[in-house]
Amino acid sequence: MNDKKQVQVVSMLVDNNAGVLARVSSLFSRKGFNIDSLTVSATDNESLSRITITTQGDKNVLSQILNQTAKLYEVRRVVALNPESSIQRELLLVKIKADENMRSVVREAAEIYKASVVDLSVDSMVVELTGKPSKIDGFLAVIEQYDILEMCRTGVTALERGGAVLGQALESAEAEA
Amino acid sequence: MRLSGAEIIAHVLEEQGADTVFGYPGGAVLQIYDALYSHRDTIRHHLTAHEQGAAHAADGYARATGKTGVVIATSGPGATNLVTGIATAFMDSVPMVAITGNVGSSLLGKDSFQEVYTMGITMPITKHNYTVQRAEDIAPVMREAFAIAGSGRKGPVLIDITKDATINEADFTPGTAFVEEKPVFTSDEEIWEILNYIGRSRRPVICFGGGVVSSEASQELYELVHKMEIPAVHTLMASGVLGWDDPLNLGLAGMHGFVSSNKALNAADLVLAIGFRFSDRVALNTGRFAPGAQIVQIDIDPSEIGKNVRVHHAVVGDIAQILKKLLPMLETAKHPEWLAEIAAFKAEDYQAPESETKLHPPHVVKMLAEMAGEDAVIVTDVGQHQMWAAQYCRRVKPRSFLTSGGLGTMGFGYGAAIGAQLGVGGRRVVHITGDGSFHMNLNEACTAVSYKLPIITVLLNNSVLGMVYQWQHSFYDDRYSATQPERKTDFVKLAEGFGATGYRATNPAEFRDAMEKAMASEGPVWIECVVDRNEMVSPMIPSGGTIDDMIIY
Repeated sequence: MNDKKQVQVVSMLVDNNAGVLARVSSLFSRKGFNIDSLTVSATDNESLSRITITTQGDKNVLSQILNQTAKLYEVRRVVALNPESSIQRELLLVKIKADENMRSVVREAAEIYKASVVDLSVDSMVVELTGKPSKIDGFLAVIEQYDILEMCRTGVTALERGGAVLGQALESAEAEA
Repeated sequence: MRLSGAEIIAHVLEEQGADTVFGYPGGAVLQIYDALYSHRDTIRHHLTAHEQGAAHAADGYARATGKTGVVIATSGPGATNLVTGIATAFMDSVPMVAITGNVGSSLLGKDSFQEVYTMGITMPITKHNYTVQRAEDIAPVMREAFAIAGSGRKGPVLIDITKDATINEADFTPGTAFVEEKPVFTSDEEIWEILNYIGRSRRPVICFGGGVVSSEASQELYELVHKMEIPAVHTLMASGVLGWDDPLNLGLAGMHGFVSSNKALNAADLVLAIGFRFSDRVALNTGRFAPGAQIVQIDIDPSEIGKNVRVHHAVVGDIAQILKKLLPMLETAKHPEWLAEIAAFKAEDYQAPESETKLHPPHVVKMLAEMAGEDAVIVTDVGQHQMWAAQYCRRVKPRSFLTSGGLGTMGFGYGAAIGAQLGVGGRRVVHITGDGSFHMNLNEACTAVSYKLPIITVLLNNSVLGMVYQWQHSFYDDRYSATQPERKTDFVKLAEGFGATGYRATNPAEFRDAMEKAMASEGPVWIECVVDRNEMVSPMIPSGGTIDDMIIY
């Protein structure tokens, strides 16, 4: 049995209706499931949205999350993404206090992480980084020593690798109907 | 044909077989009530004193009949007053469709008069809910709502409809009532696995819950129990599924379950959990529930599998269909040694006192159960009286013991009894309550009088909030905080004030006499039974405890 608390990424396709995000977040809240990050985005099908939630829990908690979420009528498909076989990406914007002397220091760190400087003012810089959550964590650990004015992470968005498609069963069922 | 939204609502109610509905009118549902006036010959609407009573009535109607209950309320306070009733139905998986009006769509979100965000308030207590702002959406949404409420694991669905949607016109095409088609269970492998567990077991116990009632699987459960000679225990929600006098039915398990039921679970090497969700009132200590047993779970809801207690094998599906598949695959078995052990457990069962000079609550329940007969439907409120009722109600049919199990809603009983009486027609309905619960919603007496419903209310009056009082006695050093209200309510006069009949009994002879008069009466009757405040519900296993912590008062 795998009882270890792990970071889990849950991906779901939901009806693009008003209130669907409230349904999902209300369920997580009342069942005591943690939400570390949450993203909602459009999909190739305009009647569906994709919600990606990162959460933490052991195998039993994950199974409860999937089963309880699947009971919501507007949730069409829900799966846990295996970190090995999925692509997870996050975007970071961070504003760092940087006068003339600091600029090159920050830029050097940014270059190593392939982050880009997207804004510059007399006393600050904004750096943008896209990557796996662990890469973002790593970059943040490096720049922690500088004076961070503010920052924003988008939360994880993810897709499974290979040809598997979350909405596939759904679309073929719709085609049959 | 072109119809107003309100007319469409009435047509879909008719089409879905909702001939008995409950509710309370108001500004946002005026148009709906106008349509109901036109359809009053086919849809019998029952006005209650309070929307909460209407919600409990729709719930009681659904529990008693198996049909989907319907309740209608206006926006704002009408909708918020339904909340307790909807939550009660949700926790016990009762099929219900709640229709609420809301302000016109142009007034939404403007803090308009009697506006609340009903959808947000009811989201966590419904199986699904809707906001409808266009007349053309009403029929498809209502049909889907009846389908969701009445299929799979049943539950309440709410439809919030703006006033303009009830006034505007849309095309309407007649439809047919939703009937659930239960797929035949076909997986041999999953059933073989159950057979293996049963075959290896020497001390099997079946623990069944409300899911058996919802699935209408009482007959199949009876056959399983008797073919395999497996003793069975049940939760609060499953009284009457097996006859109380069936020798293989050990009765109620859990916090206030019988000694024998709990000892059987504790000694079992196999527990077949059927439509039982391992609630904290039965699996009091989830780590030590049935400690020596392998657990096999049969339930319609995949999210119930292993939710509270880890199970060794689970089969997901409709219970009746699974048991129909299982039964012919089983070889008849006997468990004489195990039954001898069970008989020894039964000998340890607590014997409640009886007297001819004073009223002991368990004795009152036994007397009323006997006098009302096997056909009667017993409805309870919540508290000590509910537990005594569950222990001694002596039911032999499913849907004849209606109680708020999951939510534990004090004040549930009278509304639910009204709904049940309207659902079961000529059968006797007895409402058992306590003075705490009854004070919450006894206003529904006016409803029982209006509709001439011969509901007998047996009120166990101990002058305290008994269940809390019992906990304060047992775990809080007799510090009776806010449980001794010193009320001076004269229930006989109060009954008369409502246009009902009231009796007061202080001993069994007076009680039997009052019951006889009540059973001959055509309208509602209250029988106040004066009982001692120090009567405690025995046995009791405290929250989180095991059989070793059992208290007998």
